[in-house]
Amino acid sequence: MIIAKQKDMTEIAKMVAPYSRIYVVGCGMCMTYCSAGGPEEVEKLAERLMAGREDLILEKGMIPRQCSEKFIERLEEKTRDFEAILSLGCGNGVQAVAMRFPDKRVLPALDTQFIGIEKESGLWTEMCMACGDCILWRTAGICPVTRCAKGLLNGPCGGSQEGRCEVSNDIPCAWQEIYYGLKRLGILDYLKTEVQIKSWSVRPGRLAREELKPQ
Amino acid sequence: MVTAEIGPGKGTDVGALLEDASILKDRVDGINVTDMQSSVMRLGSMAVCHLLRDMEIDAILQVTCRDRNRLALQSDLLSAWVLGIRNVLALTGDHPTLGDHPQAKPVFDLDSVSLLEVIGKLGAGVDVAGNELKGATGFLAGAVVNPGADTEAALDLQIVKMEKKIKAGAQFFQTQAIYDLDQFEKFMKRVEGYRTKILGGVILLKSAGMARFMNKNVAGVFVPEHLIKEMTETKDKVKTSIEIAARLVKGLKDLCHGVHIMAIGWEKRVPQVLDEAGL
Repeated sequence: MIIAKQKDMTEIAKMVAPYSRIYVVGCGMCMTYCSAGGPEEVEKLAERLMAGREDLILEKGMIPRQCSEKFIERLEEKTRDFEAILSLGCGNGVQAVAMRFPDKRVLPALDTQFIGIEKESGLWTEMCMACGDCILWRTAGICPVTRCAKGLLNGPCGGSQEGRCEVSNDIPCAWQEIYYGLKRLGILDYLKTEVQIKSWSVRPGRLAREELKPQ
Repeated sequence: MVTAEIGPGKGTDVGALLEDASILKDRVDGINVTDMQSSVMRLGSMAVCHLLRDMEIDAILQVTCRDRNRLALQSDLLSAWVLGIRNVLALTGDHPTLGDHPQAKPVFDLDSVSLLEVIGKLGAGVDVAGNELKGATGFLAGAVVNPGADTEAALDLQIVKMEKKIKAGAQFFQTQAIYDLDQFEKFMKRVEGYRTKILGGVILLKSAGMARFMNKNVAGVFVPEHLIKEMTETKDKVKTSIEIAARLVKGLKDLCHGVHIMAIGWEKRVPQVLDEAGL
């Protein structure tokens, strides 16, 4: 899922300062699961904003997904009397909402971090960069493009100490993890593939599938 | 074979750097010039290599993948060749977060292995995209290996990567600093028969504090307690440092094909080390 965290209140207050009628909306997908933009967070953020400003007319709500047009549609009616929408969606959600309401100010309440997992309660780690060319079958299900700080494809650099990355002790060396994974699976030979040079896909990404387009 | 290393400084003043180079000149076979060592923004390796060439020193251009994508790396390699630089050491490079511009965007479009392959291609007259060159390079390409990798996994991976580097065109290796000759001997047994030349790395110990710092912070460097003790108890740190380095040089030259001395500011002491080691 996509992982995000709330911006600090100073920045949010600065963003919403010019507006007195604000609709605060959460997202029922990833943002709820990573505890950044679910019903509880919407509630708390609304309370804090109200506490700081007596002039504020604020309403709040949730939609199941902010990245889906059919759910964004539900905001049409609800946000009619509001100048600004404060979104607790990921960057994807904020943009989808902004695209639907070009005449309103759509503001991000969150900083989107990465595609990742909840490793333990209160700890999330990045797993995938959506690079467009998955090699996980060769690397024991561990992505060096994402989880190696240098994104190395041909083995580790010499910088790890006791299996930790040179960048931070909190990051395990992805290549050592790959080594242990391949060893466990009895396929260490996968380390000896020919030299890999990555072909970077053009960004912004665009995926077209003719068979799914309306005829 | 003896190589040494100089590190360009921060700024345009090359006086002391070239003085160090001239001291090393008649005592070593080649001098590496580092590429923004420790990810600190400095004068570039290519320009300094060119200055060394003017002094008739065989320079070894260190090239990292930290700051340049495949276009810039290839272009720089062509430029280096045109400037008369004939040796390249291919490195992945430290992460920018370790240096003085930690907010910089890390590149790592290629890595040490793919860079070696690219060097080979430029030598064969084509670029990495397969386009023909009008005039090829002909570099002697080298790489690094860390024989003191601290876990079994890390050492196995170093050796797998070393094999890949040889296959990709590495004709020589310079190693991370070695302080434990027995451990290095075991490493050399594991890579016996590899078709390449290996120069054992030596870093001059300036103090016991430096040794402890490296043990804690430099990957793959381990200074044994008895050497730290020697440095602690000595009355003449420089003399002891030179003695230790000379012992290591003597030991290493029989185990592999030569030594690579990283004096890190003590370049002026290198001739004494070589004298004492009988080289």
